[in-house]
Amino acid sequence: MPTYTDMTRCDGCGECVDICPSDIMHIDRVYRRSYNIEPNFCWECYSCVKACPQHAIDVRGYADFAPLGHKVRVLREEEKGSISWKIRYRDGRVKEFTFPIRTTPWGSIKSPSEYETPDAIGLGSAMLAHEPAALKVGKLPTLPPFGKKKV
Amino acid sequence: MARKTRFIDSDILVIGGGFGGCGAAYESRFWGRDLKIVLVEKANIDRSGAVAQGLSAINCYMGMQWGENQPEDFVRYARGDLMGLVREDLIFDIARHVDATVHKFEEWGLPIIKDPKTGRYLREGRWQVMIHGESYKPIIAEAARKSASEVHNRIMVTHLLMDKARPNRIAGAVGFNVRDGNFYVFRAKAVIVGAGGASHIYRPRSVGEGMGRTWYAPWSSASAYGLLIPTGAKMTQMENKIVLARFKDGYGPVGAWFLLLKSYATNAYGEKYEAARFDEIKSLVGKYADITPMPTCLRNHAMIEEMKAGKGPIFMHTQEVLDTKEKEEIGWEDFLDMTIGQAVVWASQNTDPREKPSELITSEPYVMGSHATCSGAWASGPEDCAPADYQWGYNRMTTVEGLFGAGDTIGGSAHKFSSGSFTEGRLAGKSAVRYVMDLKGEPPQLDEAQIKRLEETIFKPLENYRVGRNEIVAGTVAPGYISPLQGLQRLEKMMDEYVGGYSTFYVTNEPLLNRGLELLGMLKEDFEHIGAEDLHQLQRAWELHHRILTAESVTQHTLFRQETRWPGYYYRADHPQLDDADWHVFTASQYDAKTGDWHMSKLPVHHIIG
Repeated sequence: MPTYTDMTRCDGCGECVDICPSDIMHIDRVYRRSYNIEPNFCWECYSCVKACPQHAIDVRGYADFAPLGHKVRVLREEEKGSISWKIRYRDGRVKEFTFPIRTTPWGSIKSPSEYETPDAIGLGSAMLAHEPAALKVGKLPTLPPFGKKKV
Repeated sequence: MARKTRFIDSDILVIGGGFGGCGAAYESRFWGRDLKIVLVEKANIDRSGAVAQGLSAINCYMGMQWGENQPEDFVRYARGDLMGLVREDLIFDIARHVDATVHKFEEWGLPIIKDPKTGRYLREGRWQVMIHGESYKPIIAEAARKSASEVHNRIMVTHLLMDKARPNRIAGAVGFNVRDGNFYVFRAKAVIVGAGGASHIYRPRSVGEGMGRTWYAPWSSASAYGLLIPTGAKMTQMENKIVLARFKDGYGPVGAWFLLLKSYATNAYGEKYEAARFDEIKSLVGKYADITPMPTCLRNHAMIEEMKAGKGPIFMHTQEVLDTKEKEEIGWEDFLDMTIGQAVVWASQNTDPREKPSELITSEPYVMGSHATCSGAWASGPEDCAPADYQWGYNRMTTVEGLFGAGDTIGGSAHKFSSGSFTEGRLAGKSAVRYVMDLKGEPPQLDEAQIKRLEETIFKPLENYRVGRNEIVAGTVAPGYISPLQGLQRLEKMMDEYVGGYSTFYVTNEPLLNRGLELLGMLKEDFEHIGAEDLHQLQRAWELHHRILTAESVTQHTLFRQETRWPGYYYRADHPQLDDADWHVFTASQYDAKTGDWHMSKLPVHHIIG
């Protein structure tokens, strides 16, 4: 139903509700656990699967075209900076992959306010923040003015 | 539950926390240290927008530091891909800044894959670089969170507000909190719309659970256009919808397979159909057939004709190219970073790409401003190089004073993708700061009557349901209201059948378009009777509203352009040829929200790059 929540693992913490881009992971009022209220608006983006502290959420491919028996499981480890996938085919074959996700510590990005305050000349120029240094080519490319005849 | 009204004042209001909005927040803080910058998002900026799931490549990077490309080269490429019609000033502007954006992304911690031989970024194609992009969005969101004074998640913005005293000046926006149902009134000196383009305007090929697996995200609800159109902002190229050739059903990306892994596609009988159809394509579009690489729409056209001729399925021959473990990992990561659903399709259907080919297909149409297409608002260009009739104020300002845009919102500048949308957000952010500083403290005036009226309008679907629900025992069929999903499905069916969806092989004509407009008019009337049983459905109702306005705009523009400019995206059967004599122009529209009239016009295409 694209995502579904395992009854015994979910503790109703609501992380999936907070993160879902489609607003379709909600807490069931009777069972106090999450479920997908609108499977036909689920992109299988795995945001909730990755965010669940209990690993309680999984995906069963869209019934329109995905035969049963498969699994695509994921473990996203922010502190290690990596994500690991385990793919089980309908016929039982398994593939495993691990990829990096970030090269710097989470929270380490500098606020634009931490850079030197730009002056009025900079504000009036075509230059954006950190330019020209961040371009790594010395200067910002420009074009001659279009259609303006020289006097 | 008593509804409260929250008033939030700001200097700059950024609507939508995707790549455009995050770039706008970052840049406006850099230049406007003391300004109050508010970012509002209907979901959670850590995983919102088109890049919520991640990406496997950055599709817009010049590589100027290594002399790989210059901005002029990129303009020529985008112009060719869009069959000659792009805003060259806007594209040049993004291209000259985008490398700096990508270098910051790398500094922030985005893993960009390097070519072990050269030490440069590993190229997928001429413009694309490969990344380990699972966390692309949370990394960029971190930069935005550190920039904005306030981030408001889970607020669905429904309408923009106009100044009480000056009719063509922006004053803010209104919406509601999807969790607690409170009414939000944002007052701002400048507004930057970075909202999303449109999925689910057209009937998707999958109609059960699989309708969630549209190519563009289901939460891309056309708010980029649905917010702007009622303000009377001039829109351009809304007929320029995009159709994608992708792996069937999962809509997994094909770029890395074609460009990096050097795979190829054939029809079911092993024939390379694209080359075989060259002469036929040339007869339709003339010199545009000679552009290299062949424009995206023309490659679609070849595939569509092959399917019509009964030579499907079309196959991508993955099995020919995965000869090393490294290449197999690239192929899988391409999906796992950005389209996990395609990996699910392969696992469920026992498709090992090393062993057998996979089916390709052309998708349903989408409306966007950031991919190989350029629908959106007509915007003022860069001060130093835009032609005089392309600038009337601040860079990336729309024809509404104080209303800026980025990403899918801005028309005419195709091939922005993630890095270009963030860059355009930065351009809009800096311009908005200048605009606010030039105002010298003159605040916009809110119109209390307008706000009161909008509050009643926004929450009416809840009332429609509460009243109408009493008439029936149970179930979804009621005489007095329709649900947002029922309204959406009617929209998708009519756009598919009358405005060139997949079921007609993307063909339409004047009588079909006029009939479509008639039915769309009735759907607009029926929207007054949308019933929402809870706040989630209220969000769906307003998403539908943005989609209906966008669909009407698309239909009007498609009717206005009397030629077939982009075969493979859509066809006007009554005007099957490309017609440079009359239609080498941009289409433009302005909507009058009071009368419901559309004013159509042509705008000139200036070629500023040789």
